Amino acid sequence: MNKKWILPTLYILFLMLPIYGLLTMSFKTTNEILGGFSFFPQQFTLANYTKIFTDPTWYNGYINSLIYVVINTVISVSVALPAAYAFSRYRFLGDKHLFFWLLTNRMAPPAVFALPFFQLYSAIELFDTHFAVALAHCLFNIPLAVWILEGFMSGIPKELDETAYLDGYSFWRFFLRIFVPTIAAGIGVAAFFCFMYSWVELLLAKTLTSVDAKPIAATMTRTASTSGYELGLLAAAGSLTIIPGAIVIYFVRNYIAKGFALGRV
Amino acid sequence: MRKSTNQKAWWLVAPVLLLVAFNAFIPLMTVVNYSLQETFGDNVFFWEGVTWFEQVLRSERFHASLLRQLLFTSMILAIEVPLGIAVALSMPRKGPWVSVCLVLMALPLLIPWNVVGAMWNIFALPDIGLLGYSLNSMGFDYNFTQQPVSAWMTTVVMDVWHWTSLIVLLCYAGLCSIPDAYYQAARIDGATGWAVFRYIQLPKMKRVLTIAILLRFMDSFMIYTEPFVLTGGGPGNTTTFLSIDLVKIALGQFDLGPAAAMSLIYFLVVLLICWVFYTLMMRNEAQ
Repeated sequence: MNKKWILPTLYILFLMLPIYGLLTMSFKTTNEILGGFSFFPQQFTLANYTKIFTDPTWYNGYINSLIYVVINTVISVSVALPAAYAFSRYRFLGDKHLFFWLLTNRMAPPAVFALPFFQLYSAIELFDTHFAVALAHCLFNIPLAVWILEGFMSGIPKELDETAYLDGYSFWRFFLRIFVPTIAAGIGVAAFFCFMYSWVELLLAKTLTSVDAKPIAATMTRTASTSGYELGLLAAAGSLTIIPGAIVIYFVRNYIAKGFALGRV
Repeated sequence: MRKSTNQKAWWLVAPVLLLVAFNAFIPLMTVVNYSLQETFGDNVFFWEGVTWFEQVLRSERFHASLLRQLLFTSMILAIEVPLGIAVALSMPRKGPWVSVCLVLMALPLLIPWNVVGAMWNIFALPDIGLLGYSLNSMGFDYNFTQQPVSAWMTTVVMDVWHWTSLIVLLCYAGLCSIPDAYYQAARIDGATGWAVFRYIQLPKMKRVLTIAILLRFMDSFMIYTEPFVLTGGGPGNTTTFLSIDLVKIALGQFDLGPAAAMSLIYFLVVLLICWVFYTLMMRNEAQ
C-alpha cells in the first residue's frame, strides 16, 4: 500500500525543482551565477531583493499589476453575480446562446485581440492606464466568473428564493441580504480565479501599457532582453510574483478543481 | 433544476453583456475590417475581398505553424492525461497530507506565465541552470537555444510541469465523489485493480476528464507567453506556435491584412472546439 506514495512524491519533487532553481538563483550574486553552476548559493546575498524594493521601476511594476488586478476582480465579480443568478434561475430568450457566447470569450486567444485592443484603448484615450488593462481582462474574467458562480448557485435549492419572496422580500433585498451571504464561498472562489487569471496574463497587459501602468511581467521581459546578465535580479522578481498565489491558495484548496473546471465539477 | 421563464432576467445579464461585448465585438469587427481591406496608412482602405484569406490558407508559413501547434497540443495531451490520471489515482483520499499535496500541486498553476517561461529558461540554461547543467554533466549534449529537439523537449516538459496539476486536481475531485460502498462491493466481488479502474473509477472520472482534456486542448492551442519567453519561437522557427506567429505578423511586421485573416481563421478553429466543449458539457449536465 505504501508504494502508492512514490508517484505523487516524485511528481511533487518534479514540480518543486524549477522553483528551487529560481529561488537559489535569486540569492546568488551575478558573478557567482555566471561563474558556473552551484546547487547552493556560495555567497548568500539579498542584494537582488534590496534592488527590487528600492528601485521604483521595479516595485512600481508590482503596484501597477496589483492595482489593475484588483480593479478587474471587483468589476468582474460584481457584474457576474446578477448574471449568474439569471442563468441559474431563469429561462429567457437566447439564454443558452448567450451562455455559450460567454464561453467563447474565455477561450478566445489573446493574440487575436492584441492589436485591435491597442487601437480601441488608444482611441478612447485609456492607453497606458490601469483601467485599460482591467477592462481588457474582463474579456476572459467575466465569462469565467459567470460560469463559476452559476455552478455554485445551481447547487442552492430554489426553495430558498421562493420562501424569501413569500416572506415579502423584494428581489434586490433578498439577493444582497440572503443570497449573496449564502454563496459567499462561491464568490471567494470566483474572485480568486479572476485575480489569478488577471495576475498571470502578460500579452494584453504588455500591449496596453507603456510607462505609467507597466506591469511587473513586462518589466521582467524587458529586463531579460535588454540586460541579459542580471539573472539574479530576474530570478528574485520572479520569486516575488509567486507569493500572492501561494498565500491565497490555502484558502481555496478544496475548491481549486471546481474553479479550474469553470464551476462544472 | 426547474427554471421559470422570465424575460426580465435580461436586465440582470445586461451589464455583463455590455462589458464583454465592448471587449469582444468592437475588436472583432476591427479584425474583420482589416481582413477584407488593404491599407497603406492614413486611414485609407482599399477593398480586397477574400484575397488575404486565400493567401493565408495557401501560405506555407501558416501550414507550418498550424502543424507545429497540432503536434505540440497532441504531445502535451499524450503526456499530461495519463500522468495526471496516474497521480490522481495514487493520491490518498484522506489524511493530513492531502491538503499539503493539493497546495503544492496547484502552485505551478498560479505562477504568472512569463515567470514560468523565465523560470524554465533559467532552469534549462546549459552551463549554469540546474536542468541544463545536470543533463550536460550526465553526458547529454543539451542546448535549448541552439538545438531544435532540445527546445521542443524543454517546451513540452515545461507545459507538462505547468498544467498536469490541472488534470490531477480535476480527476482527484472526480475520484473523491465515489462512495466507499462501491469499493467494498468491488472487494466482495473480488474485482482486480484494473477492473476497479475500468468499471468504477473511469466512469466516475469521465465527466471531469472530458472537461480537463478540452480545457487543456484549448489553452494549449492559444499558448503564447511561456514559449515566447522560453525560446522566443526559436531556434529559427522551430517553436513558433500559432499565437507567436500571429503576434510576429501583426505587431512585428505590421502586415495587418494577413494577420487579421489569420486571426479569424484561428478564431473559427477555436470556436469550433468551443462548441464541441459546450455540447459535451451540457450533455453531461443533462444526465
